[in-house]
Amino acid sequence: MNDTTDSPTQERSNMITFDNVTKVYPDDTVAIENISFEVERGTTTVFVGPSGCGKTTTMTLVNRLEEPTEGAVYYDGTDIQELNTVELRRDIGYVIQEIGLFDHMTVGENIATVPELRGWEQDRIDDRVDELLSLMDLPSETYRDQYPTALSGGQQQRVGVARALAADPDVILMDEPFGALDPITRTELQDEFLEIQARIDTTILFVTHDINEALKMGDKIAIFDVGELVQYGTPQEILANPANDFVKQFIGADRTLKELQITRIEDVMRSDEAGRETPATAVDGGAGVSEISTGSSVHVSPDDTADIALSRMIETDTEALQVVDDDDVVGVVTEQDIRDYRTATEVGA
Amino acid sequence: MGVIATLSATLSYLLSHFDTFLTLLREHLTLVLVSVVLAIVVAVPLGIVATRNDHAKRVVLGIGNIAQTVPTLAIIALVFPLLGLGFLPSLVGLFTYALLPILTNTVTGLENVDENTVAAARGMGMTENQILRKIKLPLALPVIFAGIRTSAVLNVGTAYLAFFIGGGGLGVWVITGISLFDTPQLLAGAIPGALLAIGLDSLFALIERYLGNDSLQDQTVVTG
Repeated sequence: MNDTTDSPTQERSNMITFDNVTKVYPDDTVAIENISFEVERGTTTVFVGPSGCGKTTTMTLVNRLEEPTEGAVYYDGTDIQELNTVELRRDIGYVIQEIGLFDHMTVGENIATVPELRGWEQDRIDDRVDELLSLMDLPSETYRDQYPTALSGGQQQRVGVARALAADPDVILMDEPFGALDPITRTELQDEFLEIQARIDTTILFVTHDINEALKMGDKIAIFDVGELVQYGTPQEILANPANDFVKQFIGADRTLKELQITRIEDVMRSDEAGRETPATAVDGGAGVSEISTGSSVHVSPDDTADIALSRMIETDTEALQVVDDDDVVGVVTEQDIRDYRTATEVGA
Repeated sequence: MGVIATLSATLSYLLSHFDTFLTLLREHLTLVLVSVVLAIVVAVPLGIVATRNDHAKRVVLGIGNIAQTVPTLAIIALVFPLLGLGFLPSLVGLFTYALLPILTNTVTGLENVDENTVAAARGMGMTENQILRKIKLPLALPVIFAGIRTSAVLNVGTAYLAFFIGGGGLGVWVITGISLFDTPQLLAGAIPGALLAIGLDSLFALIERYLGNDSLQDQTVVTG
């Protein structure tokens, strides 16, 4: 993971680069030590670890709320020390757990903050605010002129996210954005945010202490242990090959289950054609494809995850399921397919 | 003398000396308003400076506390050798007295602004000046205004003492009334003062409403 950071082509595709960064606070606390990694443009990277592991410090080094003691942080290829702090922060959306809405301003005015700082024209600001409110499922006519104190926690954080997105930032920093919400609202906001994220081309850094949230939200995950970056990789890589005992422990005893939760059926299944051509290879002593593709009402979609497929198999006491996409049978998946896929990732990674 | 009779005597005293009353009221109001406005002009910026560093805060609040502890009468006595008799020394005394509530409330108000709100503002790229102007001062406004209202109401009462150094005001009637056991004259000076205190408090509340916004009206009020 610490390969040729300095090559120019590499830098162009990397939005953020940490190069041997150390941060020591004035009271001699070492927050992070010699951390290097790269964040690719347009991806979501989650910093995860226990309290006090330096993940929030690492994030605040990006918008210069903290300055590195040693090493350098590059933003779009430029050392951030050479950039104007205020301009840099206006380029970077910022969402914090405590939300920090301005209680004396309306929801609309809150969202308009950065566009106003950047001197957008009023019409453009108004349109943008309406657009974001509808994106966040907060109808403009109802919510635009409300004050934040009148909103629920979940609604407030929606406004917080909208405010961070307002000026189309290249990068968004999110510090435990959903940490203070109840589990149902949290899941709701996570799902909504994943949808939004799929539509925008923004680089996101996301801090959480919740490994499940990290696995769900991250394209890449950086696992921190007291000032140290212990593993950096995709959720699949980390689940399949935890770097050490700390990571293993942090992921928890249900590592395999978590792996199944992020394994999409699409990647595991055999397409219908392949199945039909070689029905004999479908299952070890189980049902043949022809048998499965007729009549069975239990099926999964390609977007489902492997844990759901397994759960249905156990429920219905079968070893194979149809994969159905928009009423068309597109393939088949068996318990053995899932086992094989898992073994393959573990060995291959 | 019954209450009704006293009040009607007070009213007739007031009406028969209405020109004098207007003069005294004007003097009183001028003392209060000028001293409070001067105190705002000095105390709010001083409070802002005080929140910027701990040392400045200790010095400023220390001086403010001393100013508040010394009785107005003593301040008047101290100012008298320097400034003599009349309006100006009275004003200095009242101004000194009005400083502390506004100062402490400015400091408290600014310091009580939620640090996460400030962190969010800073993280979004507001300069320190913008944070002060757009975030901290508006959010601290109800608390600062509570201090201003306290000062104004305090000073309506304290301004009665201006009489002792020839500063004029409603104190003229009240203190003369006490000396002469002339209850109607005393009350003709005292009751308008009470109404003035209520009136000024409401006036500043109105100004606050005009400057601030509805969402903060319910915020708890802290006085120094």
